[in-house]
Amino acid sequence: MFETIAFYTFSFLTILAFAITVTTKNVLYAMSSLAGGMIIISGMFFLLNADFLGVVQIIVYTGAVIALYAFAMIFFDSTKDIVETKTGKTFFILTVLSSVMLVLILTIPMASGQVEALYPIHEGVGNAQDVGMVLFTKYLVPFEVAAVMLLVAMIGGIIMAGKKMDKNLTEIKENEE
Amino acid sequence: MELDVFIIQTLINVLIILGVFSALAGFTTYLERKVLAFMQRRLGPMYVGPYGLLQVLADGIKLFTKEDIVPTNSIQTVFKLAPVILPASAFIAFAGVPFLPDMEIFGVTFQPLIVDSNAGILFVLGMMAVGMFSPLLAGLSSGNKWSLLGGARTAIQLLSFEVITGLSVLAPLMLVGSLSLIDINNYQIENGWLIWQQPIAFFLFLIAGYAETNRTPFDLLEHEAEVVSGYATEYSGMRWGLFFIGEYVNMYIVAFLTVLIFFGGFGEGTFVDGLLYLAKVFFFIFLFLWTRAAWPHLRPDQLMWLTWKVLMPLAVVNIVITGLVVMF
Repeated sequence: MFETIAFYTFSFLTILAFAITVTTKNVLYAMSSLAGGMIIISGMFFLLNADFLGVVQIIVYTGAVIALYAFAMIFFDSTKDIVETKTGKTFFILTVLSSVMLVLILTIPMASGQVEALYPIHEGVGNAQDVGMVLFTKYLVPFEVAAVMLLVAMIGGIIMAGKKMDKNLTEIKENEE
Repeated sequence: MELDVFIIQTLINVLIILGVFSALAGFTTYLERKVLAFMQRRLGPMYVGPYGLLQVLADGIKLFTKEDIVPTNSIQTVFKLAPVILPASAFIAFAGVPFLPDMEIFGVTFQPLIVDSNAGILFVLGMMAVGMFSPLLAGLSSGNKWSLLGGARTAIQLLSFEVITGLSVLAPLMLVGSLSLIDINNYQIENGWLIWQQPIAFFLFLIAGYAETNRTPFDLLEHEAEVVSGYATEYSGMRWGLFFIGEYVNMYIVAFLTVLIFFGGFGEGTFVDGLLYLAKVFFFIFLFLWTRAAWPHLRPDQLMWLTWKVLMPLAVVNIVITGLVVMF
């Protein structure tokens, strides 16, 4: 009974949060409800006894959304509403149609009962161990590729941002003037 | 376990956490003022009640009855919601912290811990990090430049110190081989306190803990001399007070975690062990106040230097060495 109540509460809250994210015109509302929704989704993982993944969901999205906030802070005035430039009817219909398509594609396998748990939870072994086993045996190559990609992105970021890092920014301006 | 016993236990635990720790948060403000006063050769609060003990009550009445101001140019909903996030996430994080050893009461074993999850420590740290949304949202929604600066500082501080906390905890966790706080505690019964094996990790964790709870050497978010009051500039009354309840509860979480991970926790769980556990926790609370009295605060650029050029490399080296030791 608890599971059912919790499931419906979490689903309702998740959908509500993301609905706000999509419909609101204010950057701050959108960001906050996005963060809320991402964190509420972790409730689903906890319900499925996947504690580790639930916690990872919280940690990763807290950091990620905070980085997004930082961008929002740089690019927008968060106290003003954003005026949408594309508000045509075709645009709206296409968006709705494509999202319906996506939902259908993802739910049809579940409806036909073709979904099986490939890696069920082992009794007595923690989630972290289970995830680690699968990650470092079956999915080792994607894992390493992702690591290399992140490294490339990091080096790129350092090079882009690191020009004239050895000089003080205020001194550079004074010399130019 | 029987379902009704489980429900009653959980309710009792929730009430203890909400009641005792929010009261303790208030009381810690009094302790803080007294300790600071002692170290600076002052008297501190003296007038309200014996030794100023009722000062906490007076402050509470003041906070509750003060006018609640919401600025016109702020984003109202977010502005009102922001102070709630910090205490809420702090109390949720407490769900994963065993605040006393198991007790036998009327023949029923009472476990003062709401969730013994096998990802316990990550849950606590993750929920504490969620609390950082509170100053960030407060800063962004206030419609005030100082608040915005405070919010921006929150973003940097969180992003940098999340890394340090995670990496510093990783090395002791590799030795223990489990994320459950109970397992970490039990490991130390046989192998001795983890601080002797992981001194570097301990210092890194403590420093990161100070930064995450926004305590003095790293209180950049609301440093009065630079950004007026940072994210809290526009807040008044109890909304402002909520930030402080959250901060002090977070302090308790960091103290509990430090003791559990590095100082043997509650050991085998006898009565004496329980008392020692609380004594150790209060020593770390005292250390928080001591540091505040003794240390000047850092500049933002010094903070970044400290994080990325000193603490993070140290943490990574520590992990590599621990890994080598575990392997061979």
